[in-house]
Amino acid sequence: METTVIRPRKTFSLKDIKELWQYRELLYFFVWRDLKVRYKQTFVGVAWAIFQPFITMVIFSIFFGSLAKMPSDGVPYPIFVYVGLLFWQFFSTALSDTSNTLISNQSIITKVYFPRLILPISSVMTKFVDFLIATLILIGLMFYYGYMPHISGLLILPLLLLITFMASVGLGLFLASINVKYRDVRYALPFFIQIMLFLTPVIYPASIAGKYSFLLAINPMTGVIQSARAAILGTTPINWLLIEISFISTSILMILGIYVFKKTERYFADII
Amino acid sequence: MHDSKPIIEIKGIGKKYNITHQRGGYVSLRDVLMNILKSPFSFLKTKAKQVVGLEKKEDFWALKDVSFNVQRGEVIGIIGSNGAGKSTLLKILSQITPPTEGEIILRGRVGSLLEVGTGFHPELTGRENIFLNGAILGMKKKEIAEKFDEIVAFAGIEKFLDTPVKYYSSGMYVRLAFSVAAHMEPDILIVDEVLAVGDAEFQKKCLGKMEEVTQKNGRTILFVSHNMGAIRQLCEKTIVLNKGSIVDFIETEKAIDIYLSKTKSEKIIIPLKNTNREEFRIKKIEFKNDTNKPWIVECFEKIKIEVIMEITENIPNFRFGIGINSLSGERISTVHSDEKTLEKGEYLVSIELENRLVPGRYELGLGVLNRYQLPGFSILEVENNKNNDHKWFNPGSIDIKSDFVIKKK
Repeated sequence: METTVIRPRKTFSLKDIKELWQYRELLYFFVWRDLKVRYKQTFVGVAWAIFQPFITMVIFSIFFGSLAKMPSDGVPYPIFVYVGLLFWQFFSTALSDTSNTLISNQSIITKVYFPRLILPISSVMTKFVDFLIATLILIGLMFYYGYMPHISGLLILPLLLLITFMASVGLGLFLASINVKYRDVRYALPFFIQIMLFLTPVIYPASIAGKYSFLLAINPMTGVIQSARAAILGTTPINWLLIEISFISTSILMILGIYVFKKTERYFADII
Repeated sequence: MHDSKPIIEIKGIGKKYNITHQRGGYVSLRDVLMNILKSPFSFLKTKAKQVVGLEKKEDFWALKDVSFNVQRGEVIGIIGSNGAGKSTLLKILSQITPPTEGEIILRGRVGSLLEVGTGFHPELTGRENIFLNGAILGMKKKEIAEKFDEIVAFAGIEKFLDTPVKYYSSGMYVRLAFSVAAHMEPDILIVDEVLAVGDAEFQKKCLGKMEEVTQKNGRTILFVSHNMGAIRQLCEKTIVLNKGSIVDFIETEKAIDIYLSKTKSEKIIIPLKNTNREEFRIKKIEFKNDTNKPWIVECFEKIKIEVIMEITENIPNFRFGIGINSLSGERISTVHSDEKTLEKGEYLVSIELENRLVPGRYELGLGVLNRYQLPGFSILEVENNKNNDHKWFNPGSIDIKSDFVIKKK
C-alpha cells in the first residue's frame, strides 16, 4: 500500500530521484505535448526544426564564411559552422525554455503535485528531438562535401550531448528559480544568450583567439563544440583535457542548479 | 490492511506566509537592484535588522495547529468563510505547497482535483487532452486507455474527439474535463470547489457519479465547497474552519448550522492592501444585507455595502465606484457616485445596488476616480432559493427586466 508522509520540506534527498523515476510517464507526456503543440502551431510543422538551423547556416556561411573569410580549421565553412550551430542551438534553446518552464506551466504547478524537476528535464528533451531532426542536415552536408566521420570519434558524441544537457539544465534551473521571483529576468535572457553566441566558438574556431584561447575554455560549450568538430570532421585531435574540464564543471553546475531549484521549489506554488 | 489505522492522519499542521508572499508577490529584479543602488545604506540596515531579528517580517498563519483523522471510506466536507484556510489545507494535502510545521500521513494513493481540466491544452484534440490530463492527474497510460471509452461516453463528446478543444463550447470543455477527473481511482480524493462550473444538470450528474464511486468503491473523499446543498448530499461529517483553525468536526447538519451562525455574527472584514496613496485609505468594507451569510444574496434582492474610508487631504473631485466582474474577469457593470469635493476626515459610503444578476458567482471591485482601484475585494454569490416562479435563468449574467407584447396586427 502506498503511504505518503507530508512534512515541512527538506532540501534534497535520494527519494527525489526515485520519485522522478515514478513519474517518468508524465515526463513523457510533457515532451509529447510540447512537440505536438509546436508542430501543430507552425504550419510548416516539423520542417521548422530543419529550416531554422539550415537558413542560419546559409546566412552565416555567406557573411562570415564568404565575405568575412573567417578561418575554419581547413573544413568547408558551411559544415564547420553547422556543427557549431547544431550544438549551440540545442544548448541555447534548451536553456531559454528551461528558464521559462515554471512560469509557462504555472497553471499546472499551482493545481497538481508532481516532482517539479520534470518540467525542465522535459524542455531539454523536447529540444533534443529538434537536435536529432536538425542532424539530418548535417548528414546531408557531409555527403555533399564528401566527409566521412571517424567512427571512433562518433563514440564521443553521447558524452558531448551529456555535457550540453547538464550545462543547459544546470544553468536553466538557476534561471528558472530566479525567474519565479524576479519576472523581468526572462526579458534580459535572450540578450545574454545572443552575446554568449559570440563568446563561444560557433562561427569562428577557438584557435582564432591564439594564446588567449584558454579563456574561451571557461565556457563549457567551447569544449563541446570544439570536440564535436574534432570528432565529426577531424579538424584537430580530440582534446581530452578540455572535455574533462567541461564535464566536471557542468556536473558541478548541474548539482548546484538542482540544489538551488530544490531549495526554492517549496515557494513556487505560493508566489507564482 | 490495517483498518484500524486512519487513512488520513493530520497532526498539528500549520502554514505560515509572509505578507509579501500573500500579496501574490513576485517583484522585478530591476526594482530590487535600483533600490539597493539608490539607498545602499538603508538596504543594508533593513537586511541587517532582519538577520538579527530586530525587524520582524509580517507573518500570517493561514493554518495553525490543525489536526484530525479520517477513516477509510468516509466522505468529509470542509466549510468555512473566505480566508478560513480551506484552500491552503487542500494545497498542503495535495503537496502543492509544503506545511511550515506538522505532519500528515496518507495511507493510500492520493488524487487531487483542485480544478477541472488542469493542463488542458487548447491546441490538442479531445483525445489527446484526455491522455495528457489523465497523466497530470496521476493516472497511468494503461489505466487511461482502459477507461477511455467510458470517459468519452460520460462526457458525451464522441463526435468531437479529434477536434482541438479550443473549438469546444465551454460546456463541452467542462464536461470532458470533469469526466477525466471522475474516472481517477485514487484511494483518497481531494476535491476543491470544482462543481461550481458547468450547468446545473451536469453538476447533478457529477454529484451522482461521485456518490456512486464512494459507495461502490469505498473511496475516501475530502470535499471543499461553498455549496451547502452539495455538502449535505455527499458528506456524513464536516469540518468547520475559521481563521486557520478547526472550529468543529461533527455531523454535517450541525456543522452547517455552526458555520452559518458564526458567519452571521462576524461580518467579514477584507484584508486590505495598502492603497499606496497617503491621502486616501480604506478602513473597512462591509456587506450589510440582513442575511446569515456574508456576500451571499438571494437573486433580485438589493445588495448593500458599506465602506469606511479615511481622507487626510482635501480631494476636489472625488468619485467612488463599484465594479462587478464575472469570475473570468469580464466587466459586467460599473456604477459610481456623483463627483464631489471631500474635505479630510473619516467617511462612510453606503451603497445600495439594484440586483438583476443571474444566480452565480461574481467578483466585486471598487475604485476611486484617478486615484485608487481595488479589484476583486470579494466574491459575491447570488443564490436562487426563494424565487420559485423563476426556477431557471436564460444564458447571460444579467436578467434585464423585460416586457414583451405580441399582438396580431
